[in-house]
Amino acid sequence: MSLCQNDIAYDAPEWLTGEHMTGTTIMAVEFADGVVFGADSRTSTGTYVANRVTDKLTQVSDKIYCCRSGSAADTQAIADYVKLYLDLQENETNEDPTVEVASRVFQMLCYQNRDMLSASIICAGWDKNKGGQVYCLPLGGMCVRMPFAIGGSGSTYIYGHCDNTYKEGMTEEQCLKFVADAVALAMHRDGSSGGMIRLAVLTKDGCKRLNIPGNQLPTFWSK
Amino acid sequence: MAGMYTTHMHLPRMVDMKEKVAEFWQEEASLSQPRKHTLQPIVTGTSVLGIKCRDGVVVAADTLGSYGSLARFRDISRLMKVNDSTIIGGFGDYADFQFIMKLLEQQTIDDNVVGDGVYRDAPSIHNWLRCVLYNRRSKMNPLWNTIVVAGRDFAGKPYLGYVDKIGVSFTDKSVATGFGSYIAQPMMRKAMEENPNMSVEEAKRLMERCLKVLFYRDCRSLNRFQIGVVTETESSISDPISAETDWSIGANPSGYE
Amino acid sequence: MSSIGSGYDLSAGQFSPDGRVFQVEYAIKAVENSGSVIALRGKDGVVFGVEKIITSKLYEEGSNRRVHSIDTHIGAAVAGLLSDARAVINRARDESANYRDTYQVPIPLKSLTERLGKYMHYFTVYGHLRPFGVSILLGTWDETNGPKLMEIDPSGTARGFYGCAVGKGKQNAKTEIEKLDLSNMTCKELVKEVAKVIYSVHDEVKDKHFELELSWIGKETGGTHQIVPQDIFNEAKTYAEEALNDSDDEDTDM
Repeated sequence: MSLCQNDIAYDAPEWLTGEHMTGTTIMAVEFADGVVFGADSRTSTGTYVANRVTDKLTQVSDKIYCCRSGSAADTQAIADYVKLYLDLQENETNEDPTVEVASRVFQMLCYQNRDMLSASIICAGWDKNKGGQVYCLPLGGMCVRMPFAIGGSGSTYIYGHCDNTYKEGMTEEQCLKFVADAVALAMHRDGSSGGMIRLAVLTKDGCKRLNIPGNQLPTFWSK
Repeated sequence: MAGMYTTHMHLPRMVDMKEKVAEFWQEEASLSQPRKHTLQPIVTGTSVLGIKCRDGVVVAADTLGSYGSLARFRDISRLMKVNDSTIIGGFGDYADFQFIMKLLEQQTIDDNVVGDGVYRDAPSIHNWLRCVLYNRRSKMNPLWNTIVVAGRDFAGKPYLGYVDKIGVSFTDKSVATGFGSYIAQPMMRKAMEENPNMSVEEAKRLMERCLKVLFYRDCRSLNRFQIGVVTETESSISDPISAETDWSIGANPSGYE
Repeated sequence: MSSIGSGYDLSAGQFSPDGRVFQVEYAIKAVENSGSVIALRGKDGVVFGVEKIITSKLYEEGSNRRVHSIDTHIGAAVAGLLSDARAVINRARDESANYRDTYQVPIPLKSLTERLGKYMHYFTVYGHLRPFGVSILLGTWDETNGPKLMEIDPSGTARGFYGCAVGKGKQNAKTEIEKLDLSNMTCKELVKEVAKVIYSVHDEVKDKHFELELSWIGKETGGTHQIVPQDIFNEAKTYAEEALNDSDDEDTDM
């Protein structure tokens, strides 16, 4: 929370005083062997694009990632804390942390500090117990597992598309297309989302990262 | 706790940031500004209904977690089996309800590991929840929930309680939260008047009817719900079900209607 | 072990010149004076058995239990000083509640054992503290990881086991346990064997009365630690008593 946002706005432009990154589109899908997740790459301060090639997909352990939306400062701090917690647990148990545990640590931090944070996160990853998993953590610090999750300001424009397009039992390729198309649609209509699409596939073999540059975005809907 | 933010700070037009930051923290330290906690719920659940009947208690809630007007989470359970004597239903902020469920879960484990067979009955869980909710509101940091406690007491008698975010609590033959207290409560009272000796099965059908009307008239509701039943011996929560709806009244519109 | 510590046995905070910590060894002695406690790890769970020695007929049946639940998914059996054991059990419950609070999943047995081992070890390195006169056996089972059984002794050392015995009859019990094909046996079969081992190691001359305690965790119980149900308990007890009578008959024949 910027400490003088309201009052200073008369004098200084919002791109000087506003908070980094509030508008975003993030998304994650479970499939048989793991998860596919993606995000746009725009960081904005008011209406100014502070960074057009941001990476909102953040690693918190070997096979667990999170998609961040909300305040950049808050979500980075949270992700760093989760990294710490999972590291500690990994050292104690000598085993890879599970996605469930990671999501609960996210929840603990988000819930206990809900009055101070503006963070809404999707936690996605793979573990040997339950395979690919997606957990959604919206603003108030609740946490719930979902077959797929979307988040950020851009997501509101694509609920219908996602509900319509999502099918159970999709393959990796189908999931990648599902995520890329949905994020592209959101970027198309949401002024606060944009830039390029960053995608990732996470399976038991690790994480594979893909980029779709801003000039090669899917445009399947416009003939 | 550091890091609260203030909304009523008045800064002069020429701003010396360094000075102002120092001033800000000084103000924070002296707590000259009010400290603000949970100001509004985020993901919310709507009505929870409960009714006492001849051989048990029935409680029901839909599976929707609303995000403002967005029906964001369509498959979350708002009923929780605490133990064989009690089921609770949560209305309001779902993150807070998850927190309450976590507390109760640990409490049940603590009770079970002792292994003496002693458990908490519905009145004691109701009373405990009242303490927790009243304590939090007294810290000006309420848990944003209304909770329906359905179960039986140690004597095996059906018990139905209500407690809200400021700690108001009571028991009744039927209870409802939120929109349900306007729409379902009168329906339940009428049904009980007509059939004072209702069976569990009849109560379940009544719940279904109430939830259907709520689905018709509550913008934050969903035609997908769970029904929990506590009888003399056990407590269980059903898988999500839907009610048959009727749209025949809209078949022949005339004018605006 | 020399029975006199030559002045080096007054505190756990000091080694003897030949590198021993007598207080810890005395604590282990306290465990060896206790009734036998065994645990067996089969293919689908862990079964605990306790020979609870009854020193007075005036005691109420079922009091002073030696098998306990730590959490829904972890069972424990203790040998040694009962009051010390309670302190350790309470600590174990706190640790597992603490783990649940942070990670919202049940604590893995290995983590609990390590934390509890650390706690017990703490009491062996300070002059103003006394080690716990307790050995604790901990067992768990879940669908993905199968059964696990561990023991912590008064020094705070933790080990994993397939079958484990502590207390008075531990030598005889171990000999009996080694004869079993543990990894191919189910909990239902093991309950009988556990009862049989406890009955066979009981010394009727030294300790007249004892109460058998049986508990288990496994596929059978859905991953929840429970006292063995009365009917299965009775079956196991009868089996053990008959086996004992048979072997007594053999003895007299020879």
